[in-house]
Amino acid sequence: MEPFKKISSIATPLDKVNVDTDQIIPKQFLKLIQKTGFGQYLFYDWRYEKDGTPRKDFVLNDSKYKNSKILLTRSNFGCGSSREHAAWALLDFGFKVVISTSFADIFFNNCFKNGILPIKVDEHILQKLFESKSEIEIDLEKQTIRNNDVNVSFHIEPHWKKILLEGLDDIAITLNYDDKISKYENVNRTSNPRAF
Amino acid sequence: MNITEKILAKASGKNKVSPDDVIFANVDKVMVHDVSGPGVIAVFEKLKKTGMKIEKLWNPDKVWVAEDHFVPAADKISAQNVVLLTQFTKDYGIKKHFKYGMGQYGICHTLSHEEAMVLPGEVYVGGDSHTNTTGALGAFAAGLGHTDVAYVLLNGKIWFKVPETLYFKLNGKLPDYVMAKDLILKIIGEIGTDGAAYKTMQFGGSGVSEMSVEERLTLTNMTTEAGAKSGIIEPDQKIRDYLAQRGATNYNEVHGDSDAQYSKIYEYEASEIEPIVAKPFSPENITVARELSSIPLDKAYIGSCTGAKLDDLRAAAKILKGRTVKIRTEVLPAAISIFRKAMDEGLVKIFMDAGVMVGPPTCGACCGAHMGVLAKDEVCISTTNRNFPGRMGHVESKTYLASPLVAAASAVTGKITDPRDLK
Repeated sequence: MEPFKKISSIATPLDKVNVDTDQIIPKQFLKLIQKTGFGQYLFYDWRYEKDGTPRKDFVLNDSKYKNSKILLTRSNFGCGSSREHAAWALLDFGFKVVISTSFADIFFNNCFKNGILPIKVDEHILQKLFESKSEIEIDLEKQTIRNNDVNVSFHIEPHWKKILLEGLDDIAITLNYDDKISKYENVNRTSNPRAF
Repeated sequence: MNITEKILAKASGKNKVSPDDVIFANVDKVMVHDVSGPGVIAVFEKLKKTGMKIEKLWNPDKVWVAEDHFVPAADKISAQNVVLLTQFTKDYGIKKHFKYGMGQYGICHTLSHEEAMVLPGEVYVGGDSHTNTTGALGAFAAGLGHTDVAYVLLNGKIWFKVPETLYFKLNGKLPDYVMAKDLILKIIGEIGTDGAAYKTMQFGGSGVSEMSVEERLTLTNMTTEAGAKSGIIEPDQKIRDYLAQRGATNYNEVHGDSDAQYSKIYEYEASEIEPIVAKPFSPENITVARELSSIPLDKAYIGSCTGAKLDDLRAAAKILKGRTVKIRTEVLPAAISIFRKAMDEGLVKIFMDAGVMVGPPTCGACCGAHMGVLAKDEVCISTTNRNFPGRMGHVESKTYLASPLVAAASAVTGKITDPRDLK
């Protein structure tokens, strides 16, 4: 994964609560098995008319937000199905950060696994960000969100911070310790056979 | 410690754990299906490209595979995915692969209990958000994303933050015509779709003891709709009998201590629960069925891991016996074994006499995948678990969630109907 340090971008305001993973990436695209290319289907049913033309009233089709890397959205984002395609689609479209007051658990974890930073903020901060038109700077090292109207810090588990900063892959990290794990398991198998 | 804390303590080799502790737990069972399986394979492929060798899984005997979302193959791509999944189980030596068209198969969460794939006291993870369902057997059961499942397949372990537990106590037996579905919809309506975010929802009390095993599974199934990490019920004699009938007697039950702590306790009087319906477009958008009696319907869907277990089909048949349906109605038993029991008990005949289409097990239209999806503006009453925009088909279709009794009664009248009002 690409390391994540600092991002400056205008934010795309998706003013909806309880956005479920079905809206993020509709079911018909779950059959596709590659991890890339899902961006074109992101928010598909909201983004396109039936004939495939972009819907003018949907925020992702507003040219103002064309190169946006930050998605602003309301509470319980990513609820519903556990499909990791939701994270893949957001990333493939270009979003590196999602800011909300709360996230659904499985989606929240899936973000870090794919190099997306989900940030939880208080309601009044989120509201300010929604109202603000200026570019936002996200500094992961300093854990800050800053622009003309907002200057706050955010919380992130140290483990996730390290993974994002260094662009590490969760599975690769563990397998780097494969020798040590096997050694431990062998000792443990003898000393604590009931665990197996 | 409560039951969830005790299972997680045992699985992580600790004497005691408390909510918010981060633990590294040994996993007992892992499940993937025809959506998460190919997703996991994609993660494996990506890892292989980085030079990593993935030759074997941690323990193929603890992994099982279901085909349910896009089967019977909905189109060329889903057919290809089933081929891919078959190759995957062959390559890695996974023996438990329930293939459609080869005896027992069905929805993964239904197979988990119907085939006793998961046992009390175990830690079970699956590549599907409704993995929570199986917690009704007294296991810790939670859904994961594809990368996390891939990780477990290779390591047999996963980290969890020990969730706090909300305890839902049901006093007394549910009245006639009221089912577990009505209770769980009522609960979700009260606590909201993120009311249990990263928490465990535990159910108990005399009303839950009175419930059949399958009814309990409806409760834990829909904990997902409240954002819960897991749902759980302490195992009792009914669970032991249910598992014994399926050949499983060797397991270590875990029970909460007498001084178990819960972060909040909710109490419900069973006698006060009525048939409930969740209106579009959220499971929390509830009202009593009677208030919706003017809503005309196009279709009734009795299917899914939530609402097509044998008890659900029995409930629907009780209503449909000797009656005919006024709207398109589908019954899709959640597993072949349930289909067979429904046939042996005469339920399939009742459905067909009523004019109902009886079809094969599949997640099908529940997730809008195929086999009976909704058109624009169509209105459906469904025994499934989600009614988000477009969930069952067109983004401008509408789904009302209800119990099998309400769905069947509504099929008879063509409008949303409280089964108590059916003449």
